Amino acid sequence: MSASDSKQNGAPKIGVYVCHCGINIAGKIDVAGAVEFAKTLPNVTVAREYKFICSDPGQELIQQDIRDGKINRVVVASCSPLMHENTFRKATKAGGENPYFFQMANIREHVSWVTTDKAMATIKAKALIAGAVHRVAHHKSLERTRVPVNPDVLVVGGGIAGIHAALTLADSGKKVYLVEREPTIGGHMAQFDKTFPTLDCAACILTPKMSAVRSHPNIILWSYSEVSQVEGYVGNFKVKVRRKPRYVDETLCVGCYECIDKCIFKKPKFSDEFNQGLNLRKPVYIPFPQATPLVALIDPETCAEFRGGKCKKTCAEACERNAIDFNQKEEIKEIEVGAIILATGYKTFDAKRIPRYGYGKYPNVYTAMEMERLVNASGPTGGEVLLRDGKKPKSVAVVHCVGSRDENTNRYCSRVCCMASLKLAHLIHERTEAEVYNFYIDMRAAGKGYEEFYDRLLAEGVHFIRGRVAEISDWATTPEEEGKLIIRAEDTLIGVVRRIPVDMVVLATGLEAQADAEDVRRVFNISCGAEGWFLERHPKLAPVSTFTDGVSLAGACQGPKDIPDTVAQAGAAAAEALALIDKGFVELEPNTAYIQDEFCSGCKTCIGLCPYSAISFVADKNIASVNGALCKGCGTCVAACPSGALQQNLFTDEQIYDEIKGVISYV
Amino acid sequence: MSDKLNTNKPWEPRIIAFFCNWCTYTAADLAGTARMVYAPNARVIRIMCSGRLDPQFILTALREGADGVLIGGCHPGDCHYQEGNYKALRRFTLLKRLLNEMGIEPERVRMEWIAASEGDRVQKVMNEMTEHIRKLGPLHLEPKAAAMAAHGAGAARQGAPV
Amino acid sequence: MSKPKVGFYWCAACGGCEEAIVDLNEDILKVVDAVDIVFWPVALDFKKEDVEKMQDKEMAVCFVNGAVRSSEQGEMAKLLRKKAGVLIAFGSCSHMGGIPGLANFTTKEAILENSYSQTPSTVNPEKTLPQESFKVKEGTLTLPSLWKTVKTLDQVVDVDYYLPGCPPPVDLINKALGAILEGKLPAKGTVLAPDKALCQDCPRKESKPEKLAIKEFKRPHEILIETDKCLLAQGLLCLGAVTRSGCGSVCINGNMPCTGCLGPTSHVIDYGAKALSSIASLVGSNDEAEIAAILDKIADPGGTFFRYSLPASLLHRTYQPAKEGGK
Repeated sequence: MSASDSKQNGAPKIGVYVCHCGINIAGKIDVAGAVEFAKTLPNVTVAREYKFICSDPGQELIQQDIRDGKINRVVVASCSPLMHENTFRKATKAGGENPYFFQMANIREHVSWVTTDKAMATIKAKALIAGAVHRVAHHKSLERTRVPVNPDVLVVGGGIAGIHAALTLADSGKKVYLVEREPTIGGHMAQFDKTFPTLDCAACILTPKMSAVRSHPNIILWSYSEVSQVEGYVGNFKVKVRRKPRYVDETLCVGCYECIDKCIFKKPKFSDEFNQGLNLRKPVYIPFPQATPLVALIDPETCAEFRGGKCKKTCAEACERNAIDFNQKEEIKEIEVGAIILATGYKTFDAKRIPRYGYGKYPNVYTAMEMERLVNASGPTGGEVLLRDGKKPKSVAVVHCVGSRDENTNRYCSRVCCMASLKLAHLIHERTEAEVYNFYIDMRAAGKGYEEFYDRLLAEGVHFIRGRVAEISDWATTPEEEGKLIIRAEDTLIGVVRRIPVDMVVLATGLEAQADAEDVRRVFNISCGAEGWFLERHPKLAPVSTFTDGVSLAGACQGPKDIPDTVAQAGAAAAEALALIDKGFVELEPNTAYIQDEFCSGCKTCIGLCPYSAISFVADKNIASVNGALCKGCGTCVAACPSGALQQNLFTDEQIYDEIKGVISYV
Repeated sequence: MSDKLNTNKPWEPRIIAFFCNWCTYTAADLAGTARMVYAPNARVIRIMCSGRLDPQFILTALREGADGVLIGGCHPGDCHYQEGNYKALRRFTLLKRLLNEMGIEPERVRMEWIAASEGDRVQKVMNEMTEHIRKLGPLHLEPKAAAMAAHGAGAARQGAPV
Repeated sequence: MSKPKVGFYWCAACGGCEEAIVDLNEDILKVVDAVDIVFWPVALDFKKEDVEKMQDKEMAVCFVNGAVRSSEQGEMAKLLRKKAGVLIAFGSCSHMGGIPGLANFTTKEAILENSYSQTPSTVNPEKTLPQESFKVKEGTLTLPSLWKTVKTLDQVVDVDYYLPGCPPPVDLINKALGAILEGKLPAKGTVLAPDKALCQDCPRKESKPEKLAIKEFKRPHEILIETDKCLLAQGLLCLGAVTRSGCGSVCINGNMPCTGCLGPTSHVIDYGAKALSSIASLVGSNDEAEIAAILDKIADPGGTFFRYSLPASLLHRTYQPAKEGGK
């Protein structure tokens, strides 16, 4: 889009509309005074106030003034443009003017909500209004360009969130790439035994979905893979996926376990990650019996062939399908998609960060996830809750809020641990008949059936002590305490500090953003919040969108949440992707850069500065040229252009200079 | 320069802030939503990226009467447009040297990296900068821009101050 | 019909602009033929009183070169504005302040102190300074007062056109004179030079790479400057991309980087700020410390980017806080 394509619409006649926003603005700013002030500004022909300009009657005021020929430019002084710029642009268009003859002054988020002194607030509001009035006089008509949308979707992360989103999209006929970092999908949910509050078996409700993913004709499952690069923009993303080598051909392996049985390691020797290190595996392994895809993989860190090169490779020999390939290489796949859903989940808090709880020091202090594996029938103890020495515990403590609600570690509540702790307390009590003590600060049981589950636990005779655990040690002070772990906590309901000796401790560790969240978010060009979770566009009204169009979030990567909320978000993210794809096109914001050819000297300064390679040199004309479809509208080239030949639509030098004059010249 | 409309009030610093849309402007909105109160002395001008910031804007702001200029951009590595903030940093580094040479106190022109979730940082920076400039006093760059004919336009005042 | 009357005057100037007229060589005869030069202190004997006696706008065109930094120059500028139909700012000094404009980096007091006490060959133990008025037995002697700030011509009087350059290139002078004589001058306020930057006409433009990332700035005396390669690409501070074309790339052909004497194109309001922005953008680093280290190699940013344009720039002069109000 060049300057000559956009037009002025005659001498500016500006309408200024100052919003009350109920008392949000009117409570702090003298709206009537601002309207009177606006009337004194250059080119202002109409100035009005209204309670809620974003409402239908409010928008109608603007449209009527345009139709009556009183105005051909609109300034609305109200909330943030990030809130309602599009609303008012549409209103301007509906009134009959090009939607870009519009400018907003943010006098709510930036003024009335953050200023206590009314006089100062009114002054600031007037300054911002004057800035907008000055600026809008230089606006030109602009058109959005339409670009088609690629109908395929990328889902990153194969936990319950990613699985649900992928199935929803695939069922609607869309092609989905599901990329999962681990060798199997299932995520954390696959590690659970039962889920609260129904005590549904996690595997029973999850594995059918995992299986559906595997067999769905519209889903391309790339496990043991990571997204390494994303380029492009909404509707037109170009993604590189790095498929890590399993050293087993996925198309040939049928998951028969022969290679694992015949491995030269007769007994497993290496820490089993899926079982939280509670048992061992061989270098060639399948993560768990329901792993999807059910394909073996070889760990090069522990495999004798990779380490010494001298193995007999009995695994390869045993494989009837010749699926083992020690020469397999990493593969880079390049795909094009229209929408991306991030469902990368969470990690658990590292209990070693709280040394006074003794994790890693006392063998019978476990994390909740470790306990999940113990109570799981396909776990290391076949579902028995046993101490390290193989005996059943007679008393177990479950400690809530480990790492959460804590100024020293994470300020936030991890939301799921209370319910998980209740569930574990129930399962432990059921399996061992031990005395179970839950140490909690508050009991957070907000979901459907959650409070009732708590009641059930109370009825089952689980002991509840309201007090944050101060310390766990093995320093016995009486004969009864010998050989036990002593929990010290204040029982705040009775006001006494108690010492409770137990055989086993379960730490309900909180949830945290994945360790590489910062790196991952850069790949997708989104932000992280202060706590490390991916940042949503709006915590209430847009919890699955991000500020990057086309990229949505689902599940715990956006913040701690339980399975029902995760599935709900996955559906929401899928809906957003579908809305985008079914519309079929995206309209690009016309705030792109353009070159005024008659002033371009061909100095080439701009060309190397564009991160999107949107500017090229036209040798036969000796000038530069901007590709409007590639330009993202950052304006970096414009600031560098030494002759001012480059300008940015909606952010021209002229517009900004006049905005500066406006904000500073009157009040 | 005191409020033209009310000369009885003591002088208040007037700062012009250039905020990038994705990080700083969003953070300022967040500060608003969370009702964080801060000094109302900075008037925000929104640009898409700190990379759009032309040093001519900063000088215009000072010449037109601002006592200070604040530039807000994304943290290094976080720019929505990859590298715009680095280009802003390069230009700002050189401009700062020049401003120091011209005798303009360093606290008057400031660049801050503020992430989209750092509403509290917006509050802190606004308060801090307002106080610094309050201590420095008004800038009073004379003559005012309107009295100085930018080249090519002509129309100087008779008897311009010397 | 009488020939149009033309005047030339010099304010704070070096005489180079006068020489530029002489450089017209044979073409000057055409000029002399077509016009009546009624005021030109360097060459002809007309006095100020002759100008004062003229009618308003009696001179068709008056060319004023040099920056305005004394009361005499200010007075003359106003007088000539009155007596001329078209007033043209001739050369960098009247256009943007020029080299004399560098005085705005310091103060009047510091200048006098330096010139009359500090220079190595000066012996002035009593610290005698020029006085604006001094009584002697015969009467009172006066000197024009030195202004605290150097001004461009258009900061003192209304200017119709600008002929930029230090000095204006012969080619541009000829074109301007031709336009005047034919009555075909463009819109008032126009700078009479092409509105495109020097890179367009530079003989080395093809060797300028599309992506420049400068890791080290060099000064001309530090390297053997290659004669056929873009000077900016060699790390020299060539400001050709920021500067109007029309000079025939003389400095480039002399194997020296452009210093910006023709000033900015019409879309730039502050030459030095734009030059600084453009050059800094090309620094090849994203690391804060490295960026500062690379830019530190620019020994004198003020002098480099505002060599000819400080009075015209938004900065105008060094800032003096409080009482003086930076005047």
